[in-house]
Amino acid sequence: MARAIPTRQKIVMSVIAWAIAFLIFFPILWTILTSFKTEAEAVATPPSFLFFDWTLENYVTVQERSNYFRHFMNSVIISLGSTVAGLVIAIPAAWSMAFVPAKRTKDILMWMLSTKMLPAVGVLIPIYLIFRDTGLLDTRLGLVIVLTMINLPIIVWMLFTYFREIPGDILEAARMDGATLRSEILYVLVPMAVPGIASTLLLNIILAWNEAFWTLNLTAARSAPLTAFIASYSSPEGLFYAKLSAASTMAIAPILILGWFSQKQLVRGLTFGAVK
Amino acid sequence: MATQHSRAAARLMMTPAVILLLLWMIVPLSMTLYFSFLRYNLLMPGMEEWIGFMNYEFFLTDPAFFAALTNTLLLVGGVLLITIVGGVLLALLLDQPIFGQGIVRILVIAPFFVMPTVSALVWKNMFMNPVSGLFAWIAKGFGLQPVDFFAEIPLLSIILIVAWQWLPFATLILLTALQSLDSEQLEAAEMDGAPPLSRFRSIILPHLARAITVVILIQTIFLLSVFAEILVTTNGGPGYATTNITFLVYAQSLLQFDVGGGSAGGIVAVILANIVAIFLMRMIGKNLDI
Amino acid sequence: MGQIILQDVTKQFGTVEVIKPLDLDIQDGEFVVFVGPSGCGKSTLLRLIAGLEDVTSGTILIDGQDATLTPPAKRRLAMVFQSYALYPHMSVAKNIAFPLRMAGLPRAEIDKKVKAAAATLNLTDYLDRRPGQLSGGQRQRVAIGRAIVREPAAFLFDEPLSNLDAALRVNMRLEISELHNQLQTTMIYVTHDQVEAMTMADKIVVLSAGRIEQVGSPLELYRAPKNTFVAGFIGSPKMNFIDGRDAQEAGAAQIGIRPEHLRLSMEEGKWSGLVTVSEHLGSDTFLHVNVDGVGTLTARSDGEFGVRHGDRVHLTPIEERIHRFDADGKAI
Repeated sequence: MARAIPTRQKIVMSVIAWAIAFLIFFPILWTILTSFKTEAEAVATPPSFLFFDWTLENYVTVQERSNYFRHFMNSVIISLGSTVAGLVIAIPAAWSMAFVPAKRTKDILMWMLSTKMLPAVGVLIPIYLIFRDTGLLDTRLGLVIVLTMINLPIIVWMLFTYFREIPGDILEAARMDGATLRSEILYVLVPMAVPGIASTLLLNIILAWNEAFWTLNLTAARSAPLTAFIASYSSPEGLFYAKLSAASTMAIAPILILGWFSQKQLVRGLTFGAVK
Repeated sequence: MATQHSRAAARLMMTPAVILLLLWMIVPLSMTLYFSFLRYNLLMPGMEEWIGFMNYEFFLTDPAFFAALTNTLLLVGGVLLITIVGGVLLALLLDQPIFGQGIVRILVIAPFFVMPTVSALVWKNMFMNPVSGLFAWIAKGFGLQPVDFFAEIPLLSIILIVAWQWLPFATLILLTALQSLDSEQLEAAEMDGAPPLSRFRSIILPHLARAITVVILIQTIFLLSVFAEILVTTNGGPGYATTNITFLVYAQSLLQFDVGGGSAGGIVAVILANIVAIFLMRMIGKNLDI
Repeated sequence: MGQIILQDVTKQFGTVEVIKPLDLDIQDGEFVVFVGPSGCGKSTLLRLIAGLEDVTSGTILIDGQDATLTPPAKRRLAMVFQSYALYPHMSVAKNIAFPLRMAGLPRAEIDKKVKAAAATLNLTDYLDRRPGQLSGGQRQRVAIGRAIVREPAAFLFDEPLSNLDAALRVNMRLEISELHNQLQTTMIYVTHDQVEAMTMADKIVVLSAGRIEQVGSPLELYRAPKNTFVAGFIGSPKMNFIDGRDAQEAGAAQIGIRPEHLRLSMEEGKWSGLVTVSEHLGSDTFLHVNVDGVGTLTARSDGEFGVRHGDRVHLTPIEERIHRFDADGKAI
C-alpha cells in the first residue's frame, strides 16, 4: 500500500528532480531557442534567453542553402526501408524461435546478438569496396541494406520477446482450423502482435535515423541522410550558431517526438526483454 | 514441442535471417582478413602483394595504436562510470513521488534521441567553445579563465558529450527496473529497522544488478564504436588525443587509403571486441532467461 | 464419419516415455473420455490424435486412412482448447468463420453457417463482440461454435470446462452432451474430473503414467474395475481399500468396497467404529468412520441419517459388491 508522503518532502524532491531534468534537457532547449535568433544574437554576450527578436530566417536559409528536405527524405527512406526490410526477414525467424523452440534456439539468439558486437570498422573496408564496385556507394539502397543487417539482431530479439508472450494454443487452434503456415502468421500471429511489432518498428526507426557510422562513411551529397547533413556543419559553418541550431532542430525534431511516444517500449526493446 | 512439419517449417523460416547475418559477418570479415596480409593502397592500384604480418607489425607498433587503445578504454570506462552512477542516482530520484513525473521523464530521456552528429556539434560550438560558448560565458561570470575544452581536455570533453547521450538510457532502464521492485520488500526491511543506506545496499542494488548488467552490455556495444562524435569535433586530435580504435582504422583506410594497414587494424579491433564480448555474453547469458 | 484407431502408439519427449505403447479403437459417433490424474499423458494423447505432436512410433488411422503424418489442418478434426484459444483480435463472428475462411468457402455460405452455429449456441446477440468482452461460458460456446461449423470428423476437447466455475460447469456439461446427441459426431474429451467422465462418456479410457489402465462404459468401470487404480479413481467418494485379515478371509491381498455399498447400522455389523467426521450434503450423508483394526472407512447413508462426531456405528459390506485384488493390484 502506498503511504501518504509528507508534502514538504514531495516539494523538495520535485524541485531537485525538475532542476536536474532541466539541466539535462537544456542543450536541446538551447539549440531550439538559438535556432530562432539572428546570428548576432546567437553569439551575443551575455546570451539572451527568451527576450530576442524571434525569427524563422535560419530555417529558410538552411533549406535553401543545403536542401534540408532532400536529406530529410533520405533519412525517412533509409530508416523506414531498413526497418521494414528487417521486419520482413525477422518475423518468420522470431516465429520459429518463439513457437518452435529447439535446443539451438538460445545459441542462435546469442550468436545474433554477438554479431552486434562485431565492430563496424572490422568490415568497413570490404563493404566500402564492394559498394564502390557495385555502384551502391552513396545510394539509399546501399544504406538500407547495411542498416537492415545492423539492426536485424535487435529486431529478431525484440519480436522474439513479444511473440513469446502470445499463447501457443491460439496458433495451434489456427492450425487445427485448417490454416496454412502463411495464414497462421498473417491472420493470427501478426494481428495479435501488432503492439509489439509497432514498438519494434518505432525503436528501429529511431536507431536507424541516428546511425552515424555507416551513414557518414558510405554517403556523399546524393544520398546523405540528416546525420551526414549535420556533419557538414562541423566547419566552418558550425560557427554560424543560429543556422547550425536550425538545422539541428529540424534533424532531431521528428525522432524526438517519435521517441517520446516509444519510451516505454524502448527499455524493453533495447534490453532484449531483460528489463520490462 | 511440436511436430516434424512445424520443426521443418521453423528451420526454413529461420534460414533467411541466419544466412543473411552469416553472410554479413563472414564475407566482409574474411575479406578484411585477406587484405590485412596485403600491401594494398587505394592510391596505388595494381600494386597489391602478399606481405604476411607486416601490416600487423606496423599497426601494433605504431604509437598511435596504444594511444587509441587507451583512449578507447578510457572512453568506454568513463562513460560507463558516469552513466551508471548518475543513472542509479537519477533513477532513485525519479522513483520518488514528484510533481509532473511524466514531464520530468520526457525531459530526461530526450538526449537519447538526439543524433550523435547533432549533439557533438551543439556541445562543441555552443557550449564548449572557449570564446562564444555558454561555458566560457559562465566561467567569465565567475571571473575564471574559460577552459578551451577541445585543446586542454579533449578526451574528457568527448566523454562528457557521449555520457550526456547515454545517461538517459541508463536512467530509463534502471528506473524501469526500480519500479518493478516489490515495495513490500522495502517496507519489510524498514520494519526490520534497516536504515536507508543499508536498504539501498542490501535490497535495491541487488535488485538492480540485472539491469546494470544489461546497461553495461548494451552501452559497451555502442561505445566501442563511437565515431561520429570524434569525427565532427576533433577529428581524432590534437595529435592522437581523441583517436579511438574505430577512428584510427577509419583514418588509416579512408583518409590514408591504406587498405592493408586499415584491415589489420580492423582485425585487431575485432579481436579486442571479442575479448570484451566473451565477458559480456557470459554476463548476459546468465542474466537472460530464454 | 469419425472412426479413429491408434495402433501401438508411443510418444517420447527426449528420453521420457510419456505414452507407453497403446492401442485404442474409437468408433464413429462415440463420446470417448480420456480421464486420469495430471501428468498421466491424456492431453498428450489428444494432441497426438490432433496432429499437434508427432507420434514417436505407431500408427493413427482416421476413417481407415493412415493419418500418422498428416498435418493437423488436414485431419478434419476440430479442437476446443482448455484456454479456448479464441482469436482475440477477431469478433465472435470472425472467430467462428475462421476455419471456413481457411477452407476457402464462399462468403455467403460462411455467413449462413456462422449464423446457424450462433443460433444453436445462443450467441446471435454477441456476434460483433470481441472474445475479451465475453464471459467464460460464452467464450466456451464460441470455441465450440468454431469447432462445429467445420463439420469435422471428430471433436477433440482438452479439459474444456476447467476454467469455469462449478455451476457453469454443470450447465456446459449438459450442453456438450446435448450437442453430441444432436450431431452424433465422434467426440474425444480429456478431463481429470471423473464426474465429467462418468456423466458424459459412452466410453471411458482411464490413463495412468502413459498407460491405458482400462477402457469401458462408465458402469463397466464402476462395477468391474480391472485394478486398484481404476477402482480408486472412478466413483466418488473414493472406494475404501482394506488389506490384512479381512482381505485374506476373502482370498485376496486387498479388498475394496465403495462407500455406497456399506450397510450402516447403529446396533450391529461386521465392523464397528467411531464417527470422526460426518458430512451432511442433504441428499446424502458421508461418514468417516475409524474402524478398529481396519482404519478409516468412508460410508454413504441417506441424507437424514443423524449421527455425529464420536458416535459408534456398525458397518457391513454387501458381499457381492466386494472387489478383490491380488498383490499386484489386479482384480481377481
